[in-house]
Amino acid sequence: MSAVVDEVGKAIGRADERAPISSLLKDNLRKVFPDHWSFMLGEIALYSFIILLLTGVYLTIWYQPSMQEVVYHGSYQPLVGIPMSEAYNSALHISFDVRGGLLIRQIHHWAALFFMAAMAVHMFRIFFTGAFRKPREFNWVIGGSMILIGLLEGFAGYSLPDDLLSGVGVRIVAGIIESIPVVGTYLLFFIFGGQYPGHDFIPRLYTFHVLLVPGILLASVGLHLVLIFYHKHTQYPGPGRTNENVVGFPLFPVYTAKAGGFFFIVFGVTVLMAALVTINPIWAYGPYVPDQVTAGSQPDWYIGFVDGALRAFPNWEWEDFLGHTWSWNILLPCVVMPGILVTLLLSYPFLEAWITGDTREHHLLDRPRNAATRTGLGVMAITFYGILVINGANDIVAQAFNLSINQLTWFTRIGVFVIPPLAFIATRRFCLGLQRRDRDLLMHGRESGQILRLPHGEFIEIHTPISDEEKAVILAKRDIAPIEAPPETDENGVKTPGLRAKKWRAKLSNAYFGENVQRPTLAEIEAAEHHHHDEVAHEIDVLHEAGAPVPSELTD
Amino acid sequence: MSNDHKTDVATTGIVEGDIVEFPLPPHHHRLTDTDPRAARRAERQVSIMFILSALCIIGFVVAYVAIPETSYIDLGPVGTLQTSNLMLGLTFGLATLLIGIAAIHWAKKLMSDEEIVDYRHPVGSPQEDRDAAKAAFDAGVAESGFVERKMVRRTLLGALALFPLPLIVMLKDMGPLPGDSLRHTIWRKGSRIVVDVTGQPLRPEDMQVGSLVSASPADLNEIQEADGDQNARAKASIILVRMKPSDIVSEQGDGWSWNGILAFSKICTHVGCPIALYQQRTHHLLCPCHQSTFDLADSGKVVFGPAARAMPQLPITVDSEGYLVAQSDFQQPVGPSFWERA
Repeated sequence: MSAVVDEVGKAIGRADERAPISSLLKDNLRKVFPDHWSFMLGEIALYSFIILLLTGVYLTIWYQPSMQEVVYHGSYQPLVGIPMSEAYNSALHISFDVRGGLLIRQIHHWAALFFMAAMAVHMFRIFFTGAFRKPREFNWVIGGSMILIGLLEGFAGYSLPDDLLSGVGVRIVAGIIESIPVVGTYLLFFIFGGQYPGHDFIPRLYTFHVLLVPGILLASVGLHLVLIFYHKHTQYPGPGRTNENVVGFPLFPVYTAKAGGFFFIVFGVTVLMAALVTINPIWAYGPYVPDQVTAGSQPDWYIGFVDGALRAFPNWEWEDFLGHTWSWNILLPCVVMPGILVTLLLSYPFLEAWITGDTREHHLLDRPRNAATRTGLGVMAITFYGILVINGANDIVAQAFNLSINQLTWFTRIGVFVIPPLAFIATRRFCLGLQRRDRDLLMHGRESGQILRLPHGEFIEIHTPISDEEKAVILAKRDIAPIEAPPETDENGVKTPGLRAKKWRAKLSNAYFGENVQRPTLAEIEAAEHHHHDEVAHEIDVLHEAGAPVPSELTD
Repeated sequence: MSNDHKTDVATTGIVEGDIVEFPLPPHHHRLTDTDPRAARRAERQVSIMFILSALCIIGFVVAYVAIPETSYIDLGPVGTLQTSNLMLGLTFGLATLLIGIAAIHWAKKLMSDEEIVDYRHPVGSPQEDRDAAKAAFDAGVAESGFVERKMVRRTLLGALALFPLPLIVMLKDMGPLPGDSLRHTIWRKGSRIVVDVTGQPLRPEDMQVGSLVSASPADLNEIQEADGDQNARAKASIILVRMKPSDIVSEQGDGWSWNGILAFSKICTHVGCPIALYQQRTHHLLCPCHQSTFDLADSGKVVFGPAARAMPQLPITVDSEGYLVAQSDFQQPVGPSFWERA
């Protein structure tokens, strides 16, 4: 035993007399986590968040959250002598006059992009594998909320430097707030401390960005992890893996090394990105002045879908209805659409549970193909979102591909309603096809590509049975049958309570599962195997009778 | 106990298919498990990576001391980079990455890779715990008298309902009330129109047909200085365009232009981006943010995009000294729509 290990052991002993650490360690040091690459997506989000906290602290050392006007005298020559806010001045100071400051700023920005992207892709994984099902619905809600909060946090973060690009973004948000009925104008004046842009917004945004939101995020991350720990991680189906166990490697030492090492890898990649790829070159945009704008301005990618919707929406406005102005052209794409999206997202586990009527605990993940309708819905949502993100850069797209921006906008206006349903239908069909293929594999095995000509001239293809590992994966499928509509009245003629809701549920359940390919029962598989076996036996007989040699593929 | 009993196919759709359990496949040993030389090689690889990481950290400190932040390096097609940023990032990034790769290499090659099986338990508490919790809760409720003492309960709820009010009321001073401030800008009758960048007042002959000038009122800088913010600029900034008088189809008011010179607000009526993308042949003004397009020859009306309202026109004329001036403030609020605008 090395001296270091001995010392750690002694320290734990001493600490244990003050808090029951040993009991905690006994239960958890060898806690088992399953292995799969897709389980690392959430880790990337977690590690990016830690990187954000670390680098954020450094940035606060030099950043000045103030809109006071100063004249720049730093070492970036093109801006010397130009009046600007203290916030922008200090962001330039960090970039050019603090050694390593630019690196920290760029790590912070890259980590923010990775944080949002990793959360989104992690959510896709959770969604498509059904990991949000009981008992993990609440963790889905926490995770979904974190994406929403992260979006606001990211927006606040890139607005703080008060450069021309981010300033225009703030101007747009101010315009969106103004469109809110009844309270919009008051909200604007309260948030900005008066008219836009005022001199309160940056300091207030700073508190929001460095205190309020990180606090909420940190608490959410903590709760998210505690629940993962408590529920034990889900796992993919395979031999030896059931709904009642978890197969994998222990937290200590394997996952300590793997997950700890992965933190350093995520950190290292982020630092290398910051070293090699410039992000958000605020010096190139200049200070924010409310009557200037840069062409081709884009928000960070995760805000893009709102901007894309705002660009595409037709110019509907009721200039004077009941004595007020109703800006549907802003309200619907920027307030109502995201609101509906978030509501659907957060309530999905509960909607699906209501439709399936499934109250069991699920620890074994679904293969996306086995939940064809869910997978279709997911792809539909991603397509919808993707079209809006692309339209958020429609000016860049139009320029790059030499297209008419007006036609591109019209394409989005129509496409955003037409393409996602098509994506849904195609994905669902694709999944059902894969289900059928799985069924065939179980019943008849895999086509070997070996064609055999029998003495009487018949050609047959030899099927080879699939391995136990493949069987275990396919047989893990748990079918849900469509729910039948309840009778209008019971046998005594009493109307069924909640009839309308139950009918709806039956309809949705049919839409969800009506076309699902049922997994064959063991009896069916056995019958198919027998049939196959008989066929082969018959073929061998035929070959024997003809005095021909019997190929080894048939006798195996 | 979980709620697993309610598995009635007719009402829940759950099909309890036959469950087949396959055993874990047999474990295959790695080369490092069977060949001590391979294990030693892996050990060496891990250690070399840790050593390289430490060297990178030393490199970082050297780079920090040696490279001033004002030095730049030209990497040809990659572009010009701050040398300090590049070297600090490369050393620190590699040091970090190497620790990560080494740790994972260690885990994958040298730590046990035999899968362990752990068993799950139903997530919910056992029934006796639930019963005990309910009993404890009931006992507390009974002892508190929350149910019987209606007056205490109702007054408590009333007091708690009002309690957050100060927290909300106190937010009132976050900003002044809007009043009619969104309806006015600093333009007045006789305000001289000056070029935004230079502050030069403009005569009509300074503008050629087809040109566009970003402009503001002459007293903007003084007002900004006095206010200590950019609020006046955010609303008062305008664009001047000159076109052939015969090209003008319509205007928002009679006599609001001067010999083909028209003044419009620069702030988009959609969500407020400043606009200066002008196509002189069509007289279209395009917002770079959301592509709302306005026809300046036709009262600034919207011809494409999400904006609903025409760009407000500023009535202008020429003063006795021959300079362009405003006839008055804008006749309607500039910038995005708001609830009270109608």
